[in-house]
Amino acid sequence: MNSSRYKDHLGRPLVAVTGLGVVSSLGQGLKDNWRALTGGVSGIHAITRFPTEGLPTRISGTVDFLDLPAPNAVERSYAMARSATEEALSQAGLSGDFNGPLFLAAPPIEPEWIQRFEIAKRAPAATKPGDVYVRFLAAMREKPDPVFRESVLFGAISERLADRFGTRGLPVTLSTACASGATAIQLGVEAIRQGRTERALTVATDGSLNAEALIRFSLLSALSTQNDPPEKASKPFTKNRDGFVIAEGAATLILESLEAAEARGAKVIGIMKGCGEKADHFHRTRSSPDGAPAIATVREALADAGLDEDGIDYINAHGTSTPENDKMEYLTMSTVFGDKLKSIPVSSNKSMIGHTLTAAGAIEAVFSLMTIATGTLPPTINYEIPDPAIDLDVVPNVKRDKPVASVISNSFGFGGQNACLVMTAEPA
Amino acid sequence: MTRAANDVVITGIGLASSAGVGHAAHRALLTGGFERPNVDVERFAPYYVHPMPEIDWSQQIPRRGDQRQMENWQRLGVFAAGLALDDAGFKEDAEGCATMDMIVAAAGGERDQAVDSMIVEEAATRNDPETLLNEKLTTELRPTLFLAQLSNLLAGNISIVHKVTGSSRTFMGEEAAGISAVETAFARIRAGQSSHALVGGAMNAERSDMLLLVAAVNGLATGDWQPLWSRDAAKGGGVALGSGAAFLVLESRANAEKRGADIYATLEGVAGDRGSRDGAGLEKRVRRLADETGAAGKSDTLVMSGASGLHDITAAERDILGRIFPSSPVRGYAGATGHFIEAAFPLGIALAALALRERVAVTAFDAASEAAMNGPSASAVVTTFGHVRGEGIAVLSAEG
Repeated sequence: MNSSRYKDHLGRPLVAVTGLGVVSSLGQGLKDNWRALTGGVSGIHAITRFPTEGLPTRISGTVDFLDLPAPNAVERSYAMARSATEEALSQAGLSGDFNGPLFLAAPPIEPEWIQRFEIAKRAPAATKPGDVYVRFLAAMREKPDPVFRESVLFGAISERLADRFGTRGLPVTLSTACASGATAIQLGVEAIRQGRTERALTVATDGSLNAEALIRFSLLSALSTQNDPPEKASKPFTKNRDGFVIAEGAATLILESLEAAEARGAKVIGIMKGCGEKADHFHRTRSSPDGAPAIATVREALADAGLDEDGIDYINAHGTSTPENDKMEYLTMSTVFGDKLKSIPVSSNKSMIGHTLTAAGAIEAVFSLMTIATGTLPPTINYEIPDPAIDLDVVPNVKRDKPVASVISNSFGFGGQNACLVMTAEPA
Repeated sequence: MTRAANDVVITGIGLASSAGVGHAAHRALLTGGFERPNVDVERFAPYYVHPMPEIDWSQQIPRRGDQRQMENWQRLGVFAAGLALDDAGFKEDAEGCATMDMIVAAAGGERDQAVDSMIVEEAATRNDPETLLNEKLTTELRPTLFLAQLSNLLAGNISIVHKVTGSSRTFMGEEAAGISAVETAFARIRAGQSSHALVGGAMNAERSDMLLLVAAVNGLATGDWQPLWSRDAAKGGGVALGSGAAFLVLESRANAEKRGADIYATLEGVAGDRGSRDGAGLEKRVRRLADETGAAGKSDTLVMSGASGLHDITAAERDILGRIFPSSPVRGYAGATGHFIEAAFPLGIALAALALRERVAVTAFDAASEAAMNGPSASAVVTTFGHVRGEGIAVLSAEG
């Protein structure tokens, strides 16, 4: 064994993943999630968190099984992130202060409507149209509300995680929309390659589903309206796909330099081999029709990993089940991989867990690493009417046993966000 | 200091604040014999805000359609980002923008106050407020408002308008977001992971929904403007928010020299941390940051403090800075521009870089507690202590 074993093709430290944790609508923890995911089970259900009568979309993949001190996005996002992180640290065999940086993908936070209704009860009456926040300011002068304030600060989730797990330095809370989870991992990889740290805690969480979030996405025509039965709504790459299913979840990955991981005798789950990103300037919600930024993203990730298109065994697709994404993603993959794509299985976890938004990139990275570790490809469920324009082996409906040594995971988001991760098995 | 190819240098500055737009207005702010800033004491009384200056958006956002797709926090940010790109000579450099990394420090966007008011008022008369909420949100919300609210859509709009597409990352979390944005871009350029990056943030203070976040703990100053370090504890919490935006182009020295770009200053070090502020914890942490960044070794330096004005932490910062930099003048720039929250740290770095490049002594913004500068400084230390949490320090040196 020599030191080159710990370096990549560019002489940078290899980054190992030594701990995984996950929460999704399929359950709490890796074991339950992986069993359901490989069993083709959907976590999508009718929404009970708030009334949905009359709304075009009434289904989601909310996480409703955690005890929360208060029903708001900060508490829910924090609880899921904490659970995933505890699991990942335990798997990595780490206890005590983490002593590395925290990179957290978290949803943009706004007050919940119930909070607005509560403040209104003690606020003076309206004096002119549109003055509700003026009334709220008056209510706060009368009686400040630090609990309200902390529940709407964007830095509140990372602050609590940093205290609980003893991370080092200023935690980064980030959003790259639906690519956020991948970006958090990318920041962790970069920090280790910089030599600034030997380990990084990368977490992504999204517990922000409420009526307004659902309606906002509905107004952009982004969501599936095929409410009945809920578990059939998310159907990536099919001809009758009609939008994504909004969902919640969290994932944590413990990243360490391979050298540091082996030195402490940690079990290595896989290698975070490369990352790519490229912004799109075409439109606020739509991708460039030629797919150029997404294509550049995947190619950059492959180059960063020192692999070419022959080096990828499986693709964990973004696969949202929107007409536009799946078409654009197919264009991207067929351009990058050419004829070789026919022999690369591509599945979408979102067919079962829905689109976990901020958390998606990290949850799907966890499942990608599980695919490498177990040799089981999770299926794309609800694949009943294939889209003839999308010629993919989507691992339709039933899992497949196939050893894979390398996986890419794609993430694309509003605002021109594109990210791609390359994960491989531990080097021999 | 010895120069290295991977030094992080500042080659572009884009500023908009209540003092005006661009370099001339901010040079005047730094040197002009400051008496009283531009504040609006009436619109949000009893609070006051530093309003955005008059801006011809079309100078940096030529398409009306793009202007319409944004709310003011985004317009301010896209505008200042354009100024910074122009300043650095990247505006017409399509390849340079296509390979440029971007980190934006952002909060959430603006609420539709008319819709929110209508819902709250009608909900008070109904026993099924959640059903009403669904009806009203479905019929009253502008579909595109979402895109003016999502945090990462400031960066998204910069990509659309200025074609900056090497990468696009948005950091959130109040002042710490701005500290981490600069810290991350700095570390990447130092390590050779990035050659040039656009970093900054924007703030629209002229919104009651934004004021609410600080007012919820009685954090806002009330009455008329007072100098930053001299705010009366009987007149509110001490914070006056300011509208504006600050963007920087950071670059490796090698990249800047290859392009023949003018260099404002070298960013020698950047670091941030957070933790308990009780007891000696805060000072211990800040001293460590000062050591790590090289700030502790600077004497007779210009200290640009991003203090928010919030009484206790602002007083604590003043004391700590006085002990770490006993011979250096301190300038609390939020007294002049208002507090920018996410953009506070980039703003301080931009003002410091401008002062170093122009070789000017910076005027006191609070003459009673800020010592006069006798001449220009060769270095600057920029601090930001978040109004709730997080502390950061940057060290800049003038080009020789």
